[in-house]
Amino acid sequence: MRAFTYQRAASPAEAAAAALKTPGAKFIAGGTNLLDLMKLEIETPPHLIDVNGLGLDKIEPTKGGGLRIGALVRNTDLAADAKVRKDYAVLSRALLAGASGQLRNKATTAGNLLQRTRCPYFYDTNQACNKRLPGSGCSAIGGISRQHAVVGASTACIATHPSDMAVAMRLLDAKVETVRPNGQTRVIPIADFHRLPGTTPHIETSLQPGEFITAVTLPKPIGGTHIYTKVRDRASYAFALVSVAAVIQTDGTGRIALGGVAHKPWRVEAAEKELPRGAKAVSAKLFANAVPTPENRFKLTLAERTLAAALLEAKG
Amino acid sequence: MDDASDPDFNRRDVLVGTTASFALTGGGTAAAQPIAVSAPVVSKVAFRVNGKDQVLDLDLRTTLLDALREHLNLTGTKKGCDHGQCGACTVIVDGRRINACLSLAVMHEGDEITTIEGLGTPTDLHPMQAAFVKHDGYQCGYCTPGQICSAVAVLDEIKAGIPSHVTRDLTGTVELSPAEIRERMSGNICRCGAYSNIIDAIEDVAGVA
Amino acid sequence: MKFDTPATTNPIDQLKVIGKPTDRIDGPLKTTGTAPYAYERHDAVDNPAYGYVVGAGIAKGRIAAMDLAKAKAAPGVLAIVTADTAGKLQKGNFNTANLLGGPEIEHYHQAIAVVVAETFEQARAAAALIKVRYTKTPGQYDLEAVRKDAPPAEKGKNDVKIGDFAGAFAQAAVTLDATYRTPDHAHAMMEPHASTAQWDGDKLTVWTSNQMIAWGAGDVAKTLGIPKDKVRLISPYIGGGFGGKLFVRADALLAALGSKAANRPVKVALTRPFMFNNTTHRPATIQRIRIGATKDGTITAIGHETWSGDLPEGGPETAAEQTKLLYAGANRLMATKLAVLDLPEGNAMRAPGEAPGLMALEIAMDEMAEKLGIDPIKFRVLNDTQVDPAKPERLFSQRQLIKCLETGADTFGWSKRKAPGTARDGQWLTGMGVAAAFRNNIVMKSAARVKLDAKGVVTVETDMTDIGTGTYTIIAQTAAEMMGVPLDKVVVKLGDSTFPVSAGSGGQWGANSSTAGVYAACVKLREAVATSAGIDPTKAVFANGRVRSGNKSVALGDAVGVNGLVAEDLIEFGDLGKKYQQSTFGGHFVEVGVHAATGEIRIRRMLAVCAAGRILNPKSARSQVIGAMTMGAGAALMEELAVDKRHGFFVNHDLAGYEVPVHADIPHQEVIFLDETDPMSSPMKAKGVGELGICGVGAAVANAIYNATGIRVREYPITLDKLLDRLPEVV
Repeated sequence: MRAFTYQRAASPAEAAAAALKTPGAKFIAGGTNLLDLMKLEIETPPHLIDVNGLGLDKIEPTKGGGLRIGALVRNTDLAADAKVRKDYAVLSRALLAGASGQLRNKATTAGNLLQRTRCPYFYDTNQACNKRLPGSGCSAIGGISRQHAVVGASTACIATHPSDMAVAMRLLDAKVETVRPNGQTRVIPIADFHRLPGTTPHIETSLQPGEFITAVTLPKPIGGTHIYTKVRDRASYAFALVSVAAVIQTDGTGRIALGGVAHKPWRVEAAEKELPRGAKAVSAKLFANAVPTPENRFKLTLAERTLAAALLEAKG
Repeated sequence: MDDASDPDFNRRDVLVGTTASFALTGGGTAAAQPIAVSAPVVSKVAFRVNGKDQVLDLDLRTTLLDALREHLNLTGTKKGCDHGQCGACTVIVDGRRINACLSLAVMHEGDEITTIEGLGTPTDLHPMQAAFVKHDGYQCGYCTPGQICSAVAVLDEIKAGIPSHVTRDLTGTVELSPAEIRERMSGNICRCGAYSNIIDAIEDVAGVA
Repeated sequence: MKFDTPATTNPIDQLKVIGKPTDRIDGPLKTTGTAPYAYERHDAVDNPAYGYVVGAGIAKGRIAAMDLAKAKAAPGVLAIVTADTAGKLQKGNFNTANLLGGPEIEHYHQAIAVVVAETFEQARAAAALIKVRYTKTPGQYDLEAVRKDAPPAEKGKNDVKIGDFAGAFAQAAVTLDATYRTPDHAHAMMEPHASTAQWDGDKLTVWTSNQMIAWGAGDVAKTLGIPKDKVRLISPYIGGGFGGKLFVRADALLAALGSKAANRPVKVALTRPFMFNNTTHRPATIQRIRIGATKDGTITAIGHETWSGDLPEGGPETAAEQTKLLYAGANRLMATKLAVLDLPEGNAMRAPGEAPGLMALEIAMDEMAEKLGIDPIKFRVLNDTQVDPAKPERLFSQRQLIKCLETGADTFGWSKRKAPGTARDGQWLTGMGVAAAFRNNIVMKSAARVKLDAKGVVTVETDMTDIGTGTYTIIAQTAAEMMGVPLDKVVVKLGDSTFPVSAGSGGQWGANSSTAGVYAACVKLREAVATSAGIDPTKAVFANGRVRSGNKSVALGDAVGVNGLVAEDLIEFGDLGKKYQQSTFGGHFVEVGVHAATGEIRIRRMLAVCAAGRILNPKSARSQVIGAMTMGAGAALMEELAVDKRHGFFVNHDLAGYEVPVHADIPHQEVIFLDETDPMSSPMKAKGVGELGICGVGAAVANAIYNATGIRVREYPITLDKLLDRLPEVV
């Protein structure tokens, strides 16, 4: 871990300004992913801005009947929130399927959105990785790739996004509220927040330098049956092979988002129109352009079957 | 270019300048500037550990785990992986269990920290410690302090109604069942495989055995 | 004491202390975090510096250039040791690859430097500044690719050819010819390899985490080229080993070298992401099993060939060994092949040989039973052997395999097992599986020193280790039983090379052999105490803290006087192990659920029934077995070191990537020990259980999955992707 300097920010705008001032500076909240990567010198920030004291840890109703979740609300608290459990159960379920109790106690809402991939080649600094070292190549292609993306990947990167929470956020059409170093705020729809790898897998989100997440908002509740099915080899404390977030209405319509299959939470609105025709039809649209590796081709079958099981569960 | 023998590839100074570093600071610019290795930055931090005030001057890079183990000689909290993947470093901070390895000490200014040493002593065991002895809920002993700190916190979490992955009804009360305890304890790996006995110990303390 | 005739009645048979499910005497220390492990010796070592190990970034080749300048100049750095500066090093007797590599690189993450600095943070940061340029040479990393050219291991001297295997197999009415694969496994013990080293002139003390103190002290001395009597190893608490700490590893060597270079005590722990490729692992196997039987299920031909790979001069995974002894069959073929692979060093992991061997053999037996239309338990019973099939005149000392299986069947509700793919519980397909467990009982010479002081306190000293096995407690129980004192009057000191040399912890020989060594020392002490008390040693009775004979009774403390008495002895084993085959047996029963849609596999119930001689402490022995069952469950369902066959390394080299079971994977586990004493094994009449517990578990899980789904998977781990295409439609 490189030496760094450290400050506690007094306001979101000050945090953003401070980040711009020192190139490579990072905000630190829970730290559960950042410190992990700093120990391996995959992240090497020269300066850390501790944002834990900013009071962004509240969950409040919005005027539109939704919820505003402070960027620093811990995963445990978000999952346990009574309103979330009642009206956004898929979010609660997704959070509780992730990590461990200890990690959820530290991990924050914004930090969870910004988790970096668990690709083992990204984690090994001896190996080529375009995400870690742009232009160096992708060792996962042609290597061990059972966990990797089957859709939306590129010849530069086949990593997946590891978050469960983000999949539910994507399903719920969450919006990311930010403040920029100049003090301006903006709102980024979650669909535009995470990027596909393309030729620049090291650029993972649409955040600009110094831009600081203050909150994530959820639109008003959409009803329906909420399901989050996470499939993994180990029964707990493991990243998803495939996860399916679903909200299904009584008329059979609904929304579907997948985790573990792409560089970002995978939602194809056109596929949702196929819901009345069943999992196979939805899956065909979700994975129309899938390019799996020999090792992870099974994820296509797995996703379809998991979706089918979720639809069955929704029927009750 | 995936040949690890490529000389540039293994020169760490190449990695230094171009490591992607975008988490919260955004991805608009391609790279941080190369950073000269600077002397460690030392900072004062004050917190309470097991009811005792502690003030330390620490290299900022010091984790809470290393502050406890190397600076306060509280070696009951174990380093099993140093990456949040095993739970051996579990401590209770302001009533909540966390992985001490993934937290900088300096970020715990003013916190109240409880480690295994704060729960009980060999001659005055905490009920959870006594239950682990009674049920042989350990073997090599290395994950044990983390398991015990976690177990104490898990029972509080269930009492507080915090749901888990296996909670059937999110809007109902959380039950105290073996399945609930197993799921919640899953962040504490025991390679010796004492799980079955650990669950017996926790159930014993919880009064459900 | 030489043990060369079967044990008769002795003080251990009183079973006042031995055989009781006593709480561990080290429990209060372990549960309060006050038991000190190797990296935590603030009590013993002042002001240590910190060493951080740098590993090779390639699997095979040479270091072309290494630039240490920036690292040397980094804040806090005290010394850097590489192969260039370490001085002449010899490879230890128990190491296959050099612990400090360079310029030759033998495997990925082979240590190539240690950076010593004032703080851990400084050492870690400086280590990252070392620049290395490599010249890569091609290596062989794919067992499958080199399998066909792999020569017999050790020139085939352990291979077996009895009768006419080929002919009998060709003529058999019912045959199975199947190939099974087990992947590389990591020990992944919770305490990383760690050592603290301190020099005092030419004397070296290493506080380390090592299962075999005498081997370790010898190899530290050999590697450094110093006399063995100048090396002291101290290892009282060991955070798990499973075979991964049988040998000196880079932490110990580099702590010693770093300490010398920095002229300070130095402590080194291997980081978790480094351990998987730097240390040893259980090698992958390919196993071909052929069984031929008559229509009524009598095995007439049994063949087990196994292939594994290791670095040059390494050894094989002896996965065919159990097949020599487990089942009858007149015509037999067992062969072990060893390829050269340039992956990290393969070596012993819990039940080496049998663990992967039974993962294959016991699926084969299940497959064969099905082909024959015979219940798999009945098929095993039918082919039980009470003699060594290679030497029919040689009996097993004890063999209760049938009783293990039948007791297990009754307890587990085996009769409720349904036809494959027909039992369902909601979304879950359910099934039961069984496998035999088998592991040989090895005996090893073991010494101890026993002191009795004026307060009547018995202190045992031996270099034996407790790696979670309960050694402290069973040794205390042994001494208490022998000397007639309560457990709290016994002090046990372990894991110090200044103590008498014990069997050490490995091969499930530790419990029986080390307690037998304590027994021997106590026999000597009893004689000395009785004599000192003026009592005829042959008539002395030790009980309630006193030695008595007839009307004479003396408190032990009074008997030994102010200076106390000391006795030292060792147990040595004669040829009873040759005359009788000594083995441990068991039956594993598993019930699984397989999710009908996703193929996720979850274990619902587990039972082991074990016959393993006298159980010295049923509580800690049970823990050994449930722990082994848990590791077996991991091997069945998730554990696999994923080999990058291009670059030659284990890719998933941390505990997020190499998944081992967590709490949620493991149900309540049941263990039954059959009542057994084995007078051929030692005066303790005990045998080991710590490895028996893992033997067969994987196959029992695999067989349960087959029973649940009708899908036979012969390649471990059995993950959902191997089932998915053959599961029923989701409706």
